[in-house]
Amino acid sequence: MSETIQARVLRVIATTQRIPLEKVKPDSTFEELGIDSMDSINILFDLESEFDIEIKDEDAKKIQTIREMIDGVTYLVDSKQNPQPASE
Amino acid sequence: MGVISALGHDQESFWQALASGQSGIGPIPHDIGPVTEMGMNQVRFKNGAAVLGYSAETYFPRKTLNFMDRFAQFAVIAAREAVAQAGIEWTEELRENAAIITGSCMGGRFTEEIGYWELFHHGRHRVHPLTIPLGMSNAGVSHISMEFGLHGPAYTISTACSSSAHAIGNALWMVRSGAAPLAIAGGSEAPLFLGGLKAWEAMRVVSPDTCRPFSANRSGMILGEGAAMIVIEPLERALARGATPLAEIVGFGMSADACHVTQPSAEGAARAIRGALRDGGLVPEQVGYINAHGTATEANDRMEAAAIHAVFGSHAEALPVSSTKSMHGHTLGAAGAIEAVATLLALRNKVLPPTANFTELDPECELDVIPNEARAAEVEVALSQSFAFGGLNAVLAFRAWP
Repeated sequence: MSETIQARVLRVIATTQRIPLEKVKPDSTFEELGIDSMDSINILFDLESEFDIEIKDEDAKKIQTIREMIDGVTYLVDSKQNPQPASE
Repeated sequence: MGVISALGHDQESFWQALASGQSGIGPIPHDIGPVTEMGMNQVRFKNGAAVLGYSAETYFPRKTLNFMDRFAQFAVIAAREAVAQAGIEWTEELRENAAIITGSCMGGRFTEEIGYWELFHHGRHRVHPLTIPLGMSNAGVSHISMEFGLHGPAYTISTACSSSAHAIGNALWMVRSGAAPLAIAGGSEAPLFLGGLKAWEAMRVVSPDTCRPFSANRSGMILGEGAAMIVIEPLERALARGATPLAEIVGFGMSADACHVTQPSAEGAARAIRGALRDGGLVPEQVGYINAHGTATEANDRMEAAAIHAVFGSHAEALPVSSTKSMHGHTLGAAGAIEAVATLLALRNKVLPPTANFTELDPECELDVIPNEARAAEVEVALSQSFAFGGLNAVLAFRAWP
């Protein structure tokens, strides 16, 4: 568990997009990295495998930046590790 | 013409549903295929446009069925209806030269999946010996040729969601050039099997509820299955034998976007529309109805609206456009043919089918989309548009027969 979630997300993006890891920064825009809508769906698919999570279509549609990918994955990994008891 | 779809097993039921704006979209039956039965609960979406109440045994002898995937069965059923309506009398010469051109995107993968399920999941060491002849995309056209004993040109075109529009367009050009005295053309698709559903799910383009083309709150496409076929012959020949033409098929245009494998281009679509008008010797103002590709994905609908405005200019404001996919779903390789039949029926019945499930117009799609209710209208020329993944576009133009 030496690699942080952020580092893993950046690595997945670099591998999926076939670009050097150094180029992928948390604040890079999709435009800078040449990520279009289909690329984004590919990346989300690989993130689902990497973290064993499921990203809903409605959430997937909203993601516009690398930062949102990191935050979203962090949220899903947290909820998986600390499942919330059913409310009420 | 002949059609089998989620709206019924023949032309009559198809038109009844279209004219009343009735959608065939609903839960995909769990038992639609042996593998689907095991896996439907692991698919994120539940709805599709399936052919319900279908029993293959009512259409085919058991022995024949061993050799036919669901998509090939649909192809033959639609061809039978089309040939019967056209009242073709098969002569030796006609059998020798008539052409058949079909479109299919996925072919017989419904059957293939059963074999692969055995192989990958059950750890069997062999698949069914008929997996190849059942799975091949040309199985539909081959079974039509055997059904009617036709020995002329017969082939299949696979250009994703434009497949059967390309097939009908090619058939038009063959008949027009004299290469064939008559053609049966259309397409069929049976994409509601587990692997296929999962593949569409992964693209994140399938709606969790229903298909709302051009609506601001659209949520994606709905997959459908079925087939449609039409019979094309020279006008003089049809009139000489005392047949009543359903309509004239007057133009075909095609183009390639050459830019992105899934992101469509309005410029490419517009070139195909212009091509169909040019081929038919038509001016834009003659067009009174467009049956849109209208998949209810944001990418398609906005691109398509832009293409229509680019070609028709101010005429676009007075040009009714509807997507009947809102009722029969997106039938992929059969879509061009099913929608061509919808267009032909609209011209013949002088009623334009609506865009069903419509709520509120997407401001990026400024079109008259015939919301929810069919409209009586006498139209001279109507277009049917198909824009496929891979950027391959095909547009057909039909003129009403008085």
